[in-house]
Amino acid sequence: MNVRRCEGAKVQNRFLIGTMTAAVACGVLLALTSVMAQAPAYRAPRTPDGKPNLNGIWQAMNTANWNIEPHPAAPSPVRELGAAGAVPAGLGVVEGGEIPYLPEARKKQQENYANRLKLDPEIKCYLPGVPRATYQGFPFQIIQGTKHIMLVHEFAGAVRTVYMTDQTEAPADSWMGWSNGRWEGETLVVDTKGFNDLSWFDRAGNFHSEALHVVERFTPRSAETLNYEVTIEDPKVFSRPWKMSMPLYKRVERNAQILEFRCVEFAEDLLYGHLRKQPAK
Amino acid sequence: MRLRSRSFLRGTTVALALTLGATISLAGQAQAPAKPATAKAAPASAAAGKAYKAPRTPDGQPDLQGFWTNSTYVPLERPNGVTKEIYTPDEAEAAIKAAALREAEQTEPGTTADVHYDFSQFGLDRSQSTFAKNLRTSLIVDPPDGKIPPVTAEGQKRAQERAAARKAAGGQYDAVENMPIGSRCIIMGGAGPPLQNAGYNANYQIVQGAGYVMILTEMIHDVRIIPVDGRPQPPSQVRQWVGLSRGRWEGETLVVETTNFNGKNAFRGASENLKVTERFTRTADDTISYRFTVEDPATWARPWTAEAPMAKTDGPIFEFACHESNYGIANILAGARADEKKAAEQKKGSN
Repeated sequence: MNVRRCEGAKVQNRFLIGTMTAAVACGVLLALTSVMAQAPAYRAPRTPDGKPNLNGIWQAMNTANWNIEPHPAAPSPVRELGAAGAVPAGLGVVEGGEIPYLPEARKKQQENYANRLKLDPEIKCYLPGVPRATYQGFPFQIIQGTKHIMLVHEFAGAVRTVYMTDQTEAPADSWMGWSNGRWEGETLVVDTKGFNDLSWFDRAGNFHSEALHVVERFTPRSAETLNYEVTIEDPKVFSRPWKMSMPLYKRVERNAQILEFRCVEFAEDLLYGHLRKQPAK
Repeated sequence: MRLRSRSFLRGTTVALALTLGATISLAGQAQAPAKPATAKAAPASAAAGKAYKAPRTPDGQPDLQGFWTNSTYVPLERPNGVTKEIYTPDEAEAAIKAAALREAEQTEPGTTADVHYDFSQFGLDRSQSTFAKNLRTSLIVDPPDGKIPPVTAEGQKRAQERAAARKAAGGQYDAVENMPIGSRCIIMGGAGPPLQNAGYNANYQIVQGAGYVMILTEMIHDVRIIPVDGRPQPPSQVRQWVGLSRGRWEGETLVVETTNFNGKNAFRGASENLKVTERFTRTADDTISYRFTVEDPATWARPWTAEAPMAKTDGPIFEFACHESNYGIANILAGARADEKKAAEQKKGSN
């Protein structure tokens, strides 16, 4: 059901029921089309075992890693990088615009932001956490196995196992959490708990506690895009659950592949340089 | 739930987050065979394994998925004085016991080095976990003498140059970049290719998706995504610590060829032009035959091949956040600086 078919209907109906009736019918069709755009009826190709096929290399194309809330363009946090390191403006990915922080938590986020060069785990090449890994700007690959779906990220080689069958509670806290998954129609729903309180959501210091509970919904919306919707729950930091959403884009280059970004060595001098042996005086 | 922390301090340099480097075995989580109907009469040996046909993935590939370990007491090279290729089961048992004892007593009682936890007490020695049983006296099967072939003159020269470069960079504790890459949580032995027995946490998870086989190495959560869709190798300018792998199926066997190494984690002194060919064949429900051949004419006079079976093990594999909790590096460097300061003060005092 699309505009072109609507035009076709108009032509066919011109002499039968008159242009006006056809126009009304078309109006209904177009209205229906716009509703469907919000809840796409796209049916993804299937894997051989009949599941929606999400295999592929995906990447977000937005400024969420700078700040998941709406933000204007801003200078680079590192003077030497000038315009190359400056922050592009973004409309944000948080539904409703603002994260519903508890008052004290908003203060902590602001402190995080003020001290971001010292505190942001990304700068130290630490595992990015969830959902930051998804929109950090690097590609990630979904490998859909029989019992496990792997999410393999380029940044720091971060990896998540989504348990589709052999599900358990998180055995201990971790950076990337403990993920159990299920299919709801076209949607892969990933429920993740068992986080530590060390990862951030972005470079703006948006954060969570170890009580974080993340539910991600990956829904195919076309052959080369997914809708990615995340519900964040953390009663220690937020006054209510909240959502972020964004499309994810498939890397369609024939030779696309996840390459190595083994960033520890890029952060070592920053982390341990002050402990370097000084030349004898 | 049983928590097995199997990490240890290698020399004085590795002080990792031990709880994070844990393999967690959850009672009742043993992997059921993917297709129980075909999971009968598993042959015990690789030789008999020719009759075995692996279960299939939904898209028809031999199914290698699950959790595996290549932990073993069999050394890469045949020990001096051993002439036979295959031990009897009794001889193998004795060799394992002797090796387990050596592993448990790595430090001398009463010395500073001995002041850390007991290996056997925390399940850090291999004998307490699953290990791949193997009657071979060496993992190397070719050359037949079980030894790495002689290093070429070029290979010897490179080894000398690398040693000289390390010496020129200063002491091991002068700066982080002089420290071993494993201690720095960049990459560890066993990550491969080739997959080597890491000493501890020698666990792997294999997941197959359309056109890809993924191998997760527990140590430092190293993931290798191997395309099996026939795509060409990337250009030689793109080099990685773990090289770049391309795979294909040859009947029951996954064949993986890897080149494009960056040479910074040289396997046994190899050059960056090393080529590793691995062959994974599921020979029983609980066994993958794993063979690798290394070719590097710049280092060895001839290619050589080793065989190191992988045994099914209980999952899951827990996150190995090594760098994130690497207090060891800062403590070791700070200790070295404190020692220097103390020495300088003593020198001043004695003047």
